[in-house]
Amino acid sequence: MTGTASVDHTSVAASAPAEAIHIENLHKTFGQLHVLKGVSLSARDGEVVAIIGGSGSGKSTLLRCINCLENPTSGTIRVNGEEIRLKPDGEGGLMPADRRQIERIRSRLGMVFQSFNLWSHRTLIENVIEVPVHVLGVPRAEAVATAERLLERVGLAEKRDVYPAFLSGGQQQRAAIARALAIQPRVMLFDEPTSALDPELVGEVLKVIGDLATEGRTMVLVTHEMKFAREVASHVVYLWNGLVEEEGPPEQIFGAPRSERLQQFLRTVS
Amino acid sequence: MANAFEVTSAPAPPLRAWFKPHRIVLIAIAVGLVVLAATTMRWDWIVRYWPLALQGLWRTIWLLVLTCTLGFMLAVPLGLAQAAGPRWLAMPASAFCTVIRGTPLLLQLWLLYFGLGSLFPQFPWIRESELWPYLRQAWPYAVLGLTLSFAGYEGEVMRGAFAGVPRGQLEAARAFGMSRTKVFRRIWLPQAIQRALPTLAGETVLQLKATPLVATITVVDIYAVAGRVRQDTFIVYEPLLLLALIYLMITGVIVFAFRRLESRIPSRLG
Repeated sequence: MTGTASVDHTSVAASAPAEAIHIENLHKTFGQLHVLKGVSLSARDGEVVAIIGGSGSGKSTLLRCINCLENPTSGTIRVNGEEIRLKPDGEGGLMPADRRQIERIRSRLGMVFQSFNLWSHRTLIENVIEVPVHVLGVPRAEAVATAERLLERVGLAEKRDVYPAFLSGGQQQRAAIARALAIQPRVMLFDEPTSALDPELVGEVLKVIGDLATEGRTMVLVTHEMKFAREVASHVVYLWNGLVEEEGPPEQIFGAPRSERLQQFLRTVS
Repeated sequence: MANAFEVTSAPAPPLRAWFKPHRIVLIAIAVGLVVLAATTMRWDWIVRYWPLALQGLWRTIWLLVLTCTLGFMLAVPLGLAQAAGPRWLAMPASAFCTVIRGTPLLLQLWLLYFGLGSLFPQFPWIRESELWPYLRQAWPYAVLGLTLSFAGYEGEVMRGAFAGVPRGQLEAARAFGMSRTKVFRRIWLPQAIQRALPTLAGETVLQLKATPLVATITVVDIYAVAGRVRQDTFIVYEPLLLLALIYLMITGVIVFAFRRLESRIPSRLG
């Protein structure tokens, strides 16, 4: 493992912004398959962390462990300084010990999925107000006003009463981003947000995500779009075979990669 | 909601469309049959029997509505247990559905009425209980039998409907901090019901046509009234014809009601 980068984090902790996400020594196994083999990751407020790596490197699993959509086998996860309490799940792994805590933490993490996962029985506006109204307890009128603003922002104002199935992939993903923004997330989590899109639709989604990055939102982003990662990320993590092979600022990762594997990976994807 | 995306059944043909040669012939035949039936057959018995017929019709309708409602309420947990429950819940639920679907309803009704119904009086504490006035009658057994039957069939339908809701949408709900019950109430169940609706319409019609079986355990529904007329007056065909017409009309109402319900939801679920 590359120890140098993680030492950097702790040494500057006093002056730097607070850590929004902090993961330490995370392991995850699926049966015999050891997907994550001790990964540490940190995202400070305002930082955009891009996780890159080949398929099967464990990058999606790592992201999904942050809100316990995937339960880690061992390790610690802190969100906004609060450690997620975990307990043994009886099968050698861990699971959230306190349902209330994990639900509260999740409700402040805006997740965007590869396959959008909009709720297909609800219109766009209903999708966007669902969590604010029914989880966070925001008054309906207020939630609707916010949702309309957010849909406007992602360019879908006139589609507010349309069901997701009648939209293109790009439109659905932009709506999914609006849904995630509606909860006023502390951190946005993107799980390969453009991988399921037709090539000509990728741009419109990346533009929305790029705008969020420039306005200083904390984001963790798993992506295959290297050019995009280079533009928006403040910190890039390269995962290989369940371990952090190399990490650093984008100029270093893409401009002067040190590890042999990263160099090879960048050659194959570009 | 009247947006363009709703699926409505084909608009009624304009009046002119009725005046096509083949339609005129068919209408003439239909009118001829009705006139023939009205003039050449005996309908004088209606005057004497219509109060009883109305009672029977009412009984048929409330039997149908009550058993479908109760049966569906049972079917939801039965389907859920099979689709997502632990083994110790899924197995009995699946066994229940198999037994109910694998045996004739007539047999089930008789087992309940002549079996349970004759077992109960042997226990003094049951005879002295406040339920006894009800347990002495036939209709509770009819309701129980029809309810269990509907639950058995619909449990299987709901199993498929629950399993058909895309996992990703449930995961999204979890990722935004919804509790399990909220995920179920707001995302899973509504979508499962929407998926099951076309099947439920058909099953409700089948349930209507299963109700005459209760006549065999002395419940006087509309079918039993036709039998009574035959016994009293030896008029056979006329009551049966009227009976057929009545069942047809109830079926029409059921189909129409479900169409209305289906047209209110988007046709394409993701």
